[in-house]
Amino acid sequence: MPENRYEKGPRPGQDRYVAPPEKVKVGAIDAIAEDEAPSSLWGDAWREMRSRPLFWVALTIITAALFVSFFPGLVATQEPRNCDLGESLLPPGPDHFFGTTKDGCDIYSRVIFGARASVTVGVLATAFVVILGGAIGAVAGYVGGWVDTILSRLTDIFFALPFVLAAIVILSLLPDRNSFAVALVLASFGWTSIARITRGSVLSVKNNEFVTAAKALGMGKIGILLKHALPNAAAPIIVYATVALGTFVVAEATLTFLGIGLPPGVVSWGGDLSNGQQSIRQAPEVLIYPGAALALTVLGFIMMGDVVRDALDPKARKR
Amino acid sequence: MLWYIGRRLLQVIPVFFGATLLVYGMVFLRPGDPVAALGGDRGLPPVVEAQIREQFHLNEPFIMQYLYFLKGIFTLDLGPDFTGQPVMDTVVNAFPVTFQLSIMALAIETVFGIGFGLVAGMRKGKFFDSTVLVWSLLLIAVPTFVMGFVMQIVLGVQLDWLPVTAGRNPDFESLLMPAMVLAGVSMAYILRLTRTSVAETLTADHVRTARAKGLSGGQVTTRHVLRNSLIPVVTFIGADLGNLMAGSIVTEGIFNINGVGGTLFESIVRGENVTVVAITTILVVVYIAANLIVDLLYAVLDPRIRYA
Repeated sequence: MPENRYEKGPRPGQDRYVAPPEKVKVGAIDAIAEDEAPSSLWGDAWREMRSRPLFWVALTIITAALFVSFFPGLVATQEPRNCDLGESLLPPGPDHFFGTTKDGCDIYSRVIFGARASVTVGVLATAFVVILGGAIGAVAGYVGGWVDTILSRLTDIFFALPFVLAAIVILSLLPDRNSFAVALVLASFGWTSIARITRGSVLSVKNNEFVTAAKALGMGKIGILLKHALPNAAAPIIVYATVALGTFVVAEATLTFLGIGLPPGVVSWGGDLSNGQQSIRQAPEVLIYPGAALALTVLGFIMMGDVVRDALDPKARKR
Repeated sequence: MLWYIGRRLLQVIPVFFGATLLVYGMVFLRPGDPVAALGGDRGLPPVVEAQIREQFHLNEPFIMQYLYFLKGIFTLDLGPDFTGQPVMDTVVNAFPVTFQLSIMALAIETVFGIGFGLVAGMRKGKFFDSTVLVWSLLLIAVPTFVMGFVMQIVLGVQLDWLPVTAGRNPDFESLLMPAMVLAGVSMAYILRLTRTSVAETLTADHVRTARAKGLSGGQVTTRHVLRNSLIPVVTFIGADLGNLMAGSIVTEGIFNINGVGGTLFESIVRGENVTVVAITTILVVVYIAANLIVDLLYAVLDPRIRYA
């Protein structure tokens, strides 16, 4: 080391400094590159998430909710509509783990079968919101000019409308409501935040050098949008969408509770909570179990969104 | 400053017209004929029906009806509804109690949200912080109406501390529980925002300088940390006033309060379109105004922001 202490500039015959081969252990460098995977945003995030217990709790809840909504028959003890008025308001016991409702339905089985409605509406609404909001935000940010002005004002207008109120008005328009329709209505007023996020991300990427390079190489507008602009927006959208899924589940339950969400024939937590309201004094457990199932599912998604956000944000990582 | 306010007001105009037109269109498209429903099973005599349609401009095209509505809004005279009650009276009667409820909720969520958020942010990663964070997640996850039931059962029925429902002309005490329920979710968001913001500000250079020049812990917290951390929080609180008033649909239903929520829901069911749109318009205006005030508050909170 000491002999080339002052050797800063290029050596004779070279236009830049190159370390002599005997001083650099080339093999060692190659070994590092082979052993360690390239540090990418998602790779770092994954490593960060794995180490947090909250991630595993959230993952367990979400997996359980999904499993139960796909295969309710495997977990439930009886058919949700198989009710016996003679067994009205039984306390929890071996036949009915959570007791029975006023109509003599098994609360446990109804809670299990109710998951499907909530999860379906939540997943569908989130998918619609990501597609609709993503498309509007991407176009507004990428095209710019008067298109941006119009789309941004449109976003402001929808953002200013009270969400629950708009959903009530639209849903009361529909004679025939199912999970798909409810999800569509929720999405048609819930897309504004995703649109703003996407627009912001696209704007911040638009003038980067790699986009200019892609243009120079002859890449089309749509290609640039899909390959360069949208991946940049993916992280904030995923974080927002995870939390939004939770809030859509709440919104569906609220609307069904108010009597304008899913029709009474569908087994859903919101509907069961609405029915259970009459028994609030005699048997609070009629409300507690579907309420707890609802809260737990939402908690799972919100916690997941939280963990993912922390993992994707390098500033939050060092605690 | 005046120039800035003027420009902001200009931006408000398209939002105002867009939102009212959208709501008016949605309500207009509703199936069912409120006039036919007035007569019940026997139906109205054709002459009376025609006269009612004439009176409410129901024969005219959509855009004309919307213009009549705008005229009504700007002259503060929306005419009678289908039962003969002036729409303006219904609207004016509905707002005071909801406004009181929303302000109470806003006060609760601001005080507790910022308070807990500040302490949690100062002790990031410690036990208090983790506990508060888990509680805030629970508050967000439990839907408002479930929270309402739980509080009714626990605080109202079992402990008998607060009235279970509010009813007509509610006083402060009977509005306390609904306000707490209404504030719940927003409080959790304010708490989390404050916590993140405070934790970030604590690492800023100016806070270290303040400590280095010998300010006491309390002075650093109130003058330098809190003031700088509040901008995102204030943004949220401003946007939330409108949400609270609209969100009261559910809360008012649970606690039997006769405010905007109840009136709105009833009007939707009865097909009183003008009432629905009038209330929505006021909600949108409140929302826009609150956001404008928030933008102006930025300059007070952060001396770096100036509106030229």
